[in-house]
Amino acid sequence: MAVAPNMRSSWPRVWAGIAGAAGAAVLLLVLVFGLHRDPKAIPSPLIGRQAPEFVLPLFDGGTLATPALRGRVVVVNFWASWCVPACYEEAPHLQRIWDRYRDRGLTVVGVNIQDQDRLARDFIARFGLTFPNGVDRLGTISIDYGVYGVPETFLVDRKGRIVHKYAGAVTEEMLVSEIEPLLADADGASP
Amino acid sequence: MMAMLGFLSLMLAVGCAAGGLVALLAGHRLPHDPARAAWGRVAAAGLFAGVTLAVVMMEAALIGFDFSIRYVAANVNRATPLLFRVAGLWGALEGSILLWAWILAALTLLVAVKYRGRHPDLIPSVLTVLFGIALFFVGVMVGPANPFARLPVVPPDGRGLNPLLQNHLLMAIHPPLLYVGYVGLSIPYAFAMGTLLSGQHRDEWMTLTRRWTLVAWTSLTAGLLLGARWSYDVLGWGGYWAWDPVENAAFMPWLVATAFIHSSMVQERRRLLRIWNVSLVILAFLLTIFGTFLTRSGILASVHSFTQSLIGPVFVAFLGLVMVASLLALLARLPQIRDEGGLDSPLSREAMMLLNNVVLLTMAFTIFVGTIFPLIVEAATGAKVTVGPPFFNRLFVPLGIVLLMVMGLGTALRWGRSGAEEMRKLGWLIGITLLTVTALGFAGIRGAGLVALGAVCFVTVAQVGEYVRGALARRAATSESFPVALRSLFALNRQRYYGYLTHLGLAIVITGIVGSQSGRIEVQRQLLVGQAMQVGGYTLRLDGLVALPGADKLVVAAPVAVFSGNSTALAGSPGSPGALDILRPSENFYRQARTPVPTPAVRSTWRQDLYVVLMAFDPAAQSAVLRAVVTPLVSWIWVGGTIMVIAGVLAGWPSHPT
Repeated sequence: MAVAPNMRSSWPRVWAGIAGAAGAAVLLLVLVFGLHRDPKAIPSPLIGRQAPEFVLPLFDGGTLATPALRGRVVVVNFWASWCVPACYEEAPHLQRIWDRYRDRGLTVVGVNIQDQDRLARDFIARFGLTFPNGVDRLGTISIDYGVYGVPETFLVDRKGRIVHKYAGAVTEEMLVSEIEPLLADADGASP
Repeated sequence: MMAMLGFLSLMLAVGCAAGGLVALLAGHRLPHDPARAAWGRVAAAGLFAGVTLAVVMMEAALIGFDFSIRYVAANVNRATPLLFRVAGLWGALEGSILLWAWILAALTLLVAVKYRGRHPDLIPSVLTVLFGIALFFVGVMVGPANPFARLPVVPPDGRGLNPLLQNHLLMAIHPPLLYVGYVGLSIPYAFAMGTLLSGQHRDEWMTLTRRWTLVAWTSLTAGLLLGARWSYDVLGWGGYWAWDPVENAAFMPWLVATAFIHSSMVQERRRLLRIWNVSLVILAFLLTIFGTFLTRSGILASVHSFTQSLIGPVFVAFLGLVMVASLLALLARLPQIRDEGGLDSPLSREAMMLLNNVVLLTMAFTIFVGTIFPLIVEAATGAKVTVGPPFFNRLFVPLGIVLLMVMGLGTALRWGRSGAEEMRKLGWLIGITLLTVTALGFAGIRGAGLVALGAVCFVTVAQVGEYVRGALARRAATSESFPVALRSLFALNRQRYYGYLTHLGLAIVITGIVGSQSGRIEVQRQLLVGQAMQVGGYTLRLDGLVALPGADKLVVAAPVAVFSGNSTALAGSPGSPGALDILRPSENFYRQARTPVPTPAVRSTWRQDLYVVLMAFDPAAQSAVLRAVVTPLVSWIWVGGTIMVIAGVLAGWPSHPT
């Protein structure tokens, strides 16, 4: 240990160190806090509301009417074949969600917007997507859902209420953490 | 294939950075072992080779439309012109980190080769620090920001660059210059830290890093200037600076680097401010990392998929690590690098430089607080607030005026202690300044603008005075003619006399800022083809609407004939005689964007700029909405900034001994 005179001269250093470290710690904490929020996130006014109903003409023929899905958890995904890279990143994840939960009461619905028929069909074929997928030809569905860009994904609970909105590519992990509690809620009395 | 090779070269770079770091650290106890230095050079060469190969692979993928790579698909489409495919490297997060790492690897190799066999007890420590920084950046790329990540299915076409970037040629040079400036500041940082680590030096690093710092500062200056110009040419609001977080992120390190360039002279001359200088360099480096974090993590300007990105936390961790390591190194060596003496007199050049440092740091701190304040408030109270230009402007006007006064005083006073001669000089300066202020006052200038122009005059006269006195003294001593004597001043003391030129450039920039902030006239109007509008002494007549299909965009232009004066009788055919100019503001439609990007047209004279934006148009009705802005003295900013950059280049140019 240092002798007394040196001790005295080292105190300012200790204090400077403590002050510097404290300042740095505060700054880093603020930055870490900042990372946990999205500065551009605009909360969708649709959260907690009934999901707008729609009838979707499907690519492989037939139509899908959302009232028929009441009682199931529904993932509504708005996409386009020109949406690079986000739609390309999330497509396999959506397919995995469909494979994983279709027998437990979940439906994934793809809504193709502002696209060309041939390119959209090509997209579905190349990713091997098997969940119901159709075209919003007049754009009315995207207007009802307030879609700003692609991809956007809405999570609807068993009672038909929108519980979550994702802007940008979704991943299987992101969706699973939200879907599990909704599915566990067998009678649809989600919070 | 290219993705695979690119990733493998990044792995090679990681290996070399880690290997160099370990070899140099392991050899720390044998400072004079030549093998240690040799290992450092080999690792630096390997690092540079690896990152270069990765850059080549990425460029090949961008140029060759390899859409299997996510980064390429996100930033290039089949219509993107070659230049912007090349520039795609710095169009988004992963590529710009690759560019950053490349510049750093090049500088590391340069340090290893340039100082080969010299300063054997210092350079290995410097390289250790550089390898540490490089390891972080290449490590990020094999982890959360892999530029070579692939898409599960290859899309038929890519999305393309952000159209705001593709809309201007400056996009091709502004980011690399800014990055050379950012990364260049890691060299003085590495030398400062190397000095602390080796514990054997105190002042040598000042001399060794002088030119490196100048190069970094000049690049930052050029980057900021071109950024302001890009903003003026592309964003369509007629301004050049908006106190946006991205701008602030580049401005803060510039302010600190400017402070360091001045205080380093005090250490070189007077052996003072040692601790201060090390702290400044640490701060400048931290600010470059912080700036990169701000602009790339999405903390303030979010990108769509930012929640998935690990890049933010990784940067915060690195920032914390650099802070802790720098602080510990500084505190550990504090007794060794303490100054022995103090200032001789407050009326000295070094005292003014210290004062200039205080002002510059206050400016940087102001920006820092303004940038991060919304985050602090939200963390503390949950409320969302924004800090806008009024906050910055209110503080920067008085700070800028004080800075100019200190600049003038620092130039007029001498090192050590000023005497009667300097007091006479000051008397002249103040006299001329007061006369000019009075004249400007009679010319109708009032308020803060008058004070600012007075301060500009003070600085200008001080610099010009130094040139005149220096040249006269030289003429008396050598019987050279005055112009020859003036030229020899620059050859004899490049730093000093090009430094004064930088001051003059800044004075011109500030005149431009004061002028452009003082009297802006803005008119927005809907015109039918053939109709005219008046703005600030100009008459503008809409002459038509023209659609020009291009390779990557559709351009809709509105030719506007510009006449001087308020002539209203302008009916006639387009291109009628008497027009000062035909401006062609346009809206550019890129297929990757939903909304068009306006391209303003500018008629620039030394007195004022006429800036015309096509806001909207209706081909059926043959009408257009035009916004015209007349702003005084904008071109002074570009001229003054260019002088600063040229002076910076020449000050740092290797001088030939005569």
